Amino acid sequence: MDLADLYRDVIIDHNRNPRNFRKIPPPCGHAEGLNPLCGDKLQVYLRVGADDRIEDVSFEGSGCAISVASASLMTEALRGLERAEAEALFERIHGMLTGREEPDAAALGKLASLAGVREYPSRVKCASLCWHTAHSALDEGGTVSTE
Amino acid sequence: MSEATLQAANVASGFEVEAVRADFPILHQQVHGKPLAYLDSAASAQRPAQVIDAMANYDRHDHANVHRGVHALSQRATEAFEGAREKLRRYINAASTREIIFTRGTTEAINLVAQSWGRANLGDGDEIVVTQMEHHANIVPWQMLCEQTGAALKVIPMTESGELDLDAARAVIGARTRLLAFGHVSNALGTINPVAELTALARSAGALVLLDGAQGMPHMRVDVEALDCDFYAFSGHKMFGPTGIGVLWGREALLKAMPPWQGGGDMILAVSFEKTTYNELPWKFEAGTPNIAGVVGLGAAVDYLEALDFAGAAAWEHSLLEYGTARLAEIDGLRIIGTAPRKAAVISFTLEGVHPHDIGTIVDHAGIAIRTGHHCAMPVMDYYGVPATARASFAFYNTREEIDRLAEALREAREVFA
Repeated sequence: MDLADLYRDVIIDHNRNPRNFRKIPPPCGHAEGLNPLCGDKLQVYLRVGADDRIEDVSFEGSGCAISVASASLMTEALRGLERAEAEALFERIHGMLTGREEPDAAALGKLASLAGVREYPSRVKCASLCWHTAHSALDEGGTVSTE
Repeated sequence: MSEATLQAANVASGFEVEAVRADFPILHQQVHGKPLAYLDSAASAQRPAQVIDAMANYDRHDHANVHRGVHALSQRATEAFEGAREKLRRYINAASTREIIFTRGTTEAINLVAQSWGRANLGDGDEIVVTQMEHHANIVPWQMLCEQTGAALKVIPMTESGELDLDAARAVIGARTRLLAFGHVSNALGTINPVAELTALARSAGALVLLDGAQGMPHMRVDVEALDCDFYAFSGHKMFGPTGIGVLWGREALLKAMPPWQGGGDMILAVSFEKTTYNELPWKFEAGTPNIAGVVGLGAAVDYLEALDFAGAAAWEHSLLEYGTARLAEIDGLRIIGTAPRKAAVISFTLEGVHPHDIGTIVDHAGIAIRTGHHCAMPVMDYYGVPATARASFAFYNTREEIDRLAEALREAREVFA
């Protein structure tokens, strides 16, 4: 196990310069994610257009490098997806983070760099929090907790 | 140990740390291919073989229910159980074993006082005073009690160094104060609180004093009479004993006047559907079959601490605190949270540009166990404006070399995120 597998360059970069780190003014989907164990707290904003595609998605909050980078990468990946495609991506990411599925670099692109958390069970929640939160924002909103 | 002894203990002693480490089997292992450096004793201390063996021997040879049977095993179990109570009485200098109530831990001990003494004695207009640096276990039970009784919770603020603001305490503690509840030693900051000054303020207001001793017991010899408090709560697993067992010490007159908290077996003398007569102290507060092996283990932990050169151990621990503080302070971007002049061997810190959770993973990779998070003291995190800190806490079985390795791993963490 090498630390560099967890803290890959992509992760370090997105942690240092998170993309889409902003609020989307209402009306939009919104949910809050909490990880009481480590104090992570993030907001995910999501606007779906008339064609059922995600027009804009953003996040705000504080957390460890894994949670910030995961959220930043997520916002890039979700934009432009149809609702059903986003749902499918949630499933695929969940499968990858929990080790149920091997990361498919061709299908996942940069998101595959999150696969390093599988070797660190206590950090899986850091990477998955934003995805659960986005899922909730896409549905009815509310607060998501990893505890 | 007294404050004076603690000061004297700053002088390096002839404490033989390697000999002590040999008593702790868990320390001798590799984690991620590196020797384990366990710097998380404030979360849970490790247990010496003497404690592990005492519990295993009890389980192998003596286990039966206590206070029940006439058979040999039940008598042995009862003797081991009540014998441990006497060890604890002696260790904390309580007047009587009637004042030693076994609980699941500090949390349950505080809840016992809140629900028994609090519900029987508090109402509208009464105030409970805690401090800003409390562990959640010394906040939430009182909030629940306030909801139930109409009493109000007041908070003594702290200062930037992580000390209680005694001037503010004089304003907060007043005629309405019925109970002052505070931590002997802060788990998040390491601050050793001024018990005598605070207790004097409570006494002059006619209030009772409860000390959360979870972090006090592992670092100093506690004498409840000398502390002059009314309740002292502590946990076995912070003082090198097992989890799931702790003690509430309380003054006998207070405990006697308090109603039972939980009902069931062991806490009664006679039961009929018309009337139940409660048992005497301490069993009045010990409903149900207790954690007998846990009590045996806690008794063995007391034996261990009594056999240890405690003054030497405390001096060693304090030298680790000083050494660790100096080594960590050298690291660029490292901020120590909690810089009170009187501290137990706990160093909370943040590292610029590296979230505590990432620090935890990176140092774990080097075989070093530290705590990261809010330390069940969210108001402390709010005060310093941080979501979490990293915390290294030392026991007498730690070494300077382990601290060197921590410092090295923290520099590596800075590099990963540079």
